[in-house]
Amino acid sequence: MSSRREFLRAGVTLGGGLLLEFSVGLAVPEASRAGPASAPAAAALNAFVRISSDGIVTIMSKNPEIGQGIKTMLPMLIAEELDVDWRDVRIEQAPCDAALYGRQFAGGSRATPLNWEPLRRVGAAGRQMLVGAAAQTWGVSPSECATNSGAVIHTPTRRSLSYGALAAKAAAQPAPDLNHVALKEPSDFKIIGKPHPGVDSPLVVTGKPLFGIDVSVPGMLYAVFVKCPVFGGTVTSANVQAIKSLPGIKDAFVVRGGRDFDGLTDGVAIVAASWWTANKARGKLEVVWDEGAAAGQSSEGFARRAIELSRQEPTLKLYSEGHVDQALAESAAVVEAAYSYPFIAHAPLEPQNCTAHFRNGKVEIWAPTQNPEPGRKIVAKTLDIADSDITIHMTRCGGGFGRRLMNDYMAEAAWISKQAGAPVKLLWTREDDIRHDFYRPAGFHFLKAGLAADGQVKAFRDHFVSFGEGDKFANSAAMTAEEFPSKFVPNLEFGASLMPLGAPTGPLRAPRSNALAFAFQSFIDEMAHAALKDPLQFRLDLLGVRRSFALARSAPGQDPVFDPGRMIDVLKSVRERSAWGRRELPKGTGQGVAFYFSHLGYFAEVVQATVAPGAQLTVDKVWVVGDVGSQIINPTGAENQVQGAALDGIGAALGQAITLKSGRVEQSNFDDFPLLRMPQAPPIDVHFLITDHPPTGMGEPALPPVVPALCNAIFAATGVRIRSLPVDAKLLSAAAAG
Amino acid sequence: MRYSIHVNGKEHRIEADPDMPLLWVLRDLLDLKGTKFGCGKSLCGACTVHLNGAPTRSCVTPISAVGAAAVTTIEGIASTQAGRAVQEAWLAVDVVQCGYCQAGQIMSASALLQSQPRPTDADIDRAMAGNICRCATYTRIRAAIKQAAGLPTADSRDKTP
Repeated sequence: MSSRREFLRAGVTLGGGLLLEFSVGLAVPEASRAGPASAPAAAALNAFVRISSDGIVTIMSKNPEIGQGIKTMLPMLIAEELDVDWRDVRIEQAPCDAALYGRQFAGGSRATPLNWEPLRRVGAAGRQMLVGAAAQTWGVSPSECATNSGAVIHTPTRRSLSYGALAAKAAAQPAPDLNHVALKEPSDFKIIGKPHPGVDSPLVVTGKPLFGIDVSVPGMLYAVFVKCPVFGGTVTSANVQAIKSLPGIKDAFVVRGGRDFDGLTDGVAIVAASWWTANKARGKLEVVWDEGAAAGQSSEGFARRAIELSRQEPTLKLYSEGHVDQALAESAAVVEAAYSYPFIAHAPLEPQNCTAHFRNGKVEIWAPTQNPEPGRKIVAKTLDIADSDITIHMTRCGGGFGRRLMNDYMAEAAWISKQAGAPVKLLWTREDDIRHDFYRPAGFHFLKAGLAADGQVKAFRDHFVSFGEGDKFANSAAMTAEEFPSKFVPNLEFGASLMPLGAPTGPLRAPRSNALAFAFQSFIDEMAHAALKDPLQFRLDLLGVRRSFALARSAPGQDPVFDPGRMIDVLKSVRERSAWGRRELPKGTGQGVAFYFSHLGYFAEVVQATVAPGAQLTVDKVWVVGDVGSQIINPTGAENQVQGAALDGIGAALGQAITLKSGRVEQSNFDDFPLLRMPQAPPIDVHFLITDHPPTGMGEPALPPVVPALCNAIFAATGVRIRSLPVDAKLLSAAAAG
Repeated sequence: MRYSIHVNGKEHRIEADPDMPLLWVLRDLLDLKGTKFGCGKSLCGACTVHLNGAPTRSCVTPISAVGAAAVTTIEGIASTQAGRAVQEAWLAVDVVQCGYCQAGQIMSASALLQSQPRPTDADIDRAMAGNICRCATYTRIRAAIKQAAGLPTADSRDKTP
């Protein structure tokens, strides 16, 4: 029996639907009924909240912390409605337990929309139980009681009892129906909306072990895992006997894996008493690989094939409205351009790692993962054990960016621990990470637009050449019918042609959007110039008027619409803040603008850039205006996310490309896959418009528009149009020389 | 080989291959996990420690080259005035996102303030260029360094109104 309140684990309903998948409940975990022996007695009100007799409130944070600040933000929601002082709150990472906490993942900027209301209800339910306990103690009606800063007050008599004193009795109260607990008015918020620094930051700045790579288990060995440089390649043979005889090496063996990249694939494991020893032995490892079918693939080949395909009809029709050919023929001006962007890697700074301890048919795992439950399934399948025989501890992640939505390292560590018969910490090198990622897919857009004499857009066409098999796009390589300016141009066609790809792809921060924004918002800039219009005003005209467009996909509880009015407002705001068109800029300096809607967030951004003689490109400043709804939950975290997202996009645009040759990745480390550095990082002005919409997420939507805004700024500064990423310095030097 | 090294004011006797980098001695032999592995090639700065006060990439520093130098890591930097000021500023400015690079950032920033108590933006660019922050908290790192130095935190590179 897990809990006496099991039956109360009903989903929280929002907008009339039962959201079982994302539901949070009020079950009490067995283990948390009693606190640690040394601590004051603590009583659990539900799986999220326990209160000790000295008034310290411990709140569980359900989702993985990857740097998005979730371990601070989610507990703020509970603490607010519980009505406690933040200084009395302690936060713990929740165990990985979907039955108690619902889905626990970090992705899609969804923590805010999915938890904004449910977790406040969890806090409010706890408050209601404390009020019930106090009312019972005093023999009064709960309606005569109020709460304030961790105490219940009987308003008529001004009697007061602390939460600490009430905790044990409150835990015995019936759990309230989450759908009928009372929530605060936003004007009464004391925690939400106030800046709260990261709760683990004091541990970070003093170097405490927090990350997956820091995990230590008694008797632990260290492992490296060597995979074929060509994706999907298998081991024919390896000199594992020679490796085993090296000093300090405990074991070395060939691993036979499957075809699924997000699982165990073929490779050679080397296990030693220290990681350094294991990794050093790689220098002596000789593997004969069967490289397989992907060995013939190259980025150059894909680029050539994309041009060939662009001359044919798209094999997939994504969207069609009106008569594009006819409208183009009747247009006063036709704009045509080809855009492309490369594969890129996630490169979170903590290399992939996982610690696993297999014994007696069960496995315990410590993993920096964004998405533990799929990892559990993969490990269960790999080791042929039950889901319930797997315990997963979520550690802090040294960055995620989408890479740790995949759990390949988890399957590898579990297998190696089983084979080695010991707890094992698997750690990849940076080279392993760069060469075995799930890459942001490259893509090619062949765009054409027709303008009327007055500059209005009459026709628009995109032939998107992407990756996939048959009519199925590769992971994160798709485009939908809803890509802007779909529905905003009377004659419009989106078509796609797919090329088979041997390399794995996957979501990278603002998946799809981080690439599509570049192609579309840069091309829209070209259209504006062809129409002899101000690029910002041209966008306002294209967006038109305030109205609602139903979206096929939206998060539960959200407006399932795109409202151009919200985008118009952020554009107008960023025009104001950046003094767009109102300042005389020096020669070689220009401003560019772009907007993008992703992850339910509306963002418009202006970049100012300077290209000096010698082609030295400086990003002078970025202005960001976002509309993510009615409440910025943690303003300091929100600003940090937006600044980071904008700089992330700039870093990718300035230098990042993963290229394939003979089926292998040519890059290997930060010398040939450069990340943004301090001198390149401009000041970033961040502003939010507060609107009457449910709050939405912040990790991703500020990224996509910065890339085209930068490229449009380069055009404004130099007249050079960037149609391929990363920005090619050679193009700029030609402009600077001219 | 046997080595005796001085870390954060304490002497440690260890046995390691001469080419074992100081990073792995600290992390896996001395259980000082604050110093981080990011690239293994002196490209990202996550492994930065001080040798006699000078910022040094421990991932490419073999234990045999450490000798009698005083090694200071993130676990010991609070014992210096600059280090403590930097840590406090990091918290006040709320720099951290994922936090993985921050030990290295703090070590580089502390070394900067020890040698240059009133750094300019150009000084910060030079001293911090070797430390990658994948979350790109650079805006706040810059502000925190100035705050630790008791300087105004405005970015002097910003010429816009």
